[in-house]
Amino acid sequence: MSIHASAAGASIVLDNLTVAYEGHPAVHHLHGTFAAGSMTAVVGPNGAGKSSLLRAIVGMLRPAEGEVRLLGVHPGDIAYLPQQTEVDRQFPLPVGDLVAMGAWRRSGPLAAIGAELCDRVREAIHAVGLGGLDERPIGTLSVGQFQRVLFARVMVQDAPLILLDEPFNAIDERTCGDLIALVHRWHGEGRTLLAVLHDLQQVREHFPQSLLLSREKVAWGDTAGVLTPEHLSRARSLAEGWDAHPAVCEVRPH
Amino acid sequence: MDLLWSLLAAPFADYGFMRRALVACLALAVGCGPIGVFLILRRMSLVGDAMSHAVLPGAAIAFLLFGFSLPAMTVGGFVVGLAVALLAGSVTRLTPQREDTSFAALFLVSLALGVMLVSAAGTSVDLMHVLFGAILAVDDPALVLVAAIASISLMVLAAIYRGLVIECVDPGFLRAVQGGGARYHFLFLVLVVLNLVAGFQSLGTLMAVGLMMLPAASARFWTMEIGRMILFSTGVAFACGYVGLLVSYHLSLPSGPAVILTAGAVYVLSVLLGPHGGLLTARLRSRHYQR
Repeated sequence: MSIHASAAGASIVLDNLTVAYEGHPAVHHLHGTFAAGSMTAVVGPNGAGKSSLLRAIVGMLRPAEGEVRLLGVHPGDIAYLPQQTEVDRQFPLPVGDLVAMGAWRRSGPLAAIGAELCDRVREAIHAVGLGGLDERPIGTLSVGQFQRVLFARVMVQDAPLILLDEPFNAIDERTCGDLIALVHRWHGEGRTLLAVLHDLQQVREHFPQSLLLSREKVAWGDTAGVLTPEHLSRARSLAEGWDAHPAVCEVRPH
Repeated sequence: MDLLWSLLAAPFADYGFMRRALVACLALAVGCGPIGVFLILRRMSLVGDAMSHAVLPGAAIAFLLFGFSLPAMTVGGFVVGLAVALLAGSVTRLTPQREDTSFAALFLVSLALGVMLVSAAGTSVDLMHVLFGAILAVDDPALVLVAAIASISLMVLAAIYRGLVIECVDPGFLRAVQGGGARYHFLFLVLVVLNLVAGFQSLGTLMAVGLMMLPAASARFWTMEIGRMILFSTGVAFACGYVGLLVSYHLSLPSGPAVILTAGAVYVLSVLLGPHGGLLTARLRSRHYQR
């Protein structure tokens, strides 16, 4: 599959980013940069703001404070793999059509999906190991098969920036292996990758960079230096610090 | 042969009002069929019902100002219906509240307002027309209105189809690619209101909802592909119009309910016999694939 002219070189700058639900911060005063071509795992306890961070980068959540700056990428040229619960899997749509959604940047709402795009769609479905299932309704797929379909859509999107929200949840070992191989391939093509993950073993094996999040940044950098026992226990204790009536945050942006 | 002719075709050949009613049903089917499918797939089945009540104040205001004028009441109903739909849609877009709740809240307010206006007008008899219609009294202007709305709604739907499907399946996707999901959502709501208003004179708004929802609800039992669902529900809606009109003619029954009850019969058959999840089908299917 050909690489998009601007497939490489996208970076994300977080400038004092705070995302809040009803005033309670899910992501708190986050600073830093996801460098172009980096491959970063976002880890942390439940409720640490991992998915919220991704949604803020995509633009689905508006920051309560600070901002996200995307460099070297057109707004909207982001491939976002949502958690499966956000997709209506009962919708009567064939696999091929869902994967073809990935062509939106080129086809828009009206243009025909030409022969070349059809080939790309078929290739992508083949590449995720579902060759021949183009006509199957998405409602008849298993969780693992559907995850492969979402990965195929990301392939067709061919975006310089790829955000994966818990891509390997409830996925068996073999599927997981296949999908990780894809992620490595995207990394090799110079795309910038972010993935929310829970399996620390997997992160250590495959992801060079990590961001340990627990509403605020606990550690960010090389995975080996981030996933230390001290950092992990600090992340846990931060997550447990729940207060029904917290004081108002007075941190000033520096 | 003569018997078949007199049973199936003669009423339409002999009477102009039956022909016009049939054409009205065709136009309604073309407009309502696809809209109903999308309402069901968006889990907004009851929104059609809510909207059919919500148009009442518009019709009542027009009635107060212009007397029993169908064009005026149609426009009034459309304006108020549109206002309710857009407000409810905005509440859902801008707050965490779900669509079924925001529509329920606003249609009830609108309905109460309508009832108050109707009682202020002093007569409720004529306004019952709006809710229940009189398909055998469809005149040429009403026919033109219904046909125009069907044509407009088909063209708009064709233009927003891809975006609307994506917005239904995975709304987050359009936001990520900045595809403007809200646009499709709101254009769709406009179409819903337009098609309900189209049913104003012919079936009445309440019955028009029936022609919108029942064939669409049946379609899911027969196919798992959205394009085929739309074809199915449009075809079934028209067939129900035809059969319902015949039944009402031969048995001297009211036509609107006859059409909708025919659609109801199709629904019952689909629930029982539909190849995708039908009750009896599941019982009868003893064989299954090896893999």
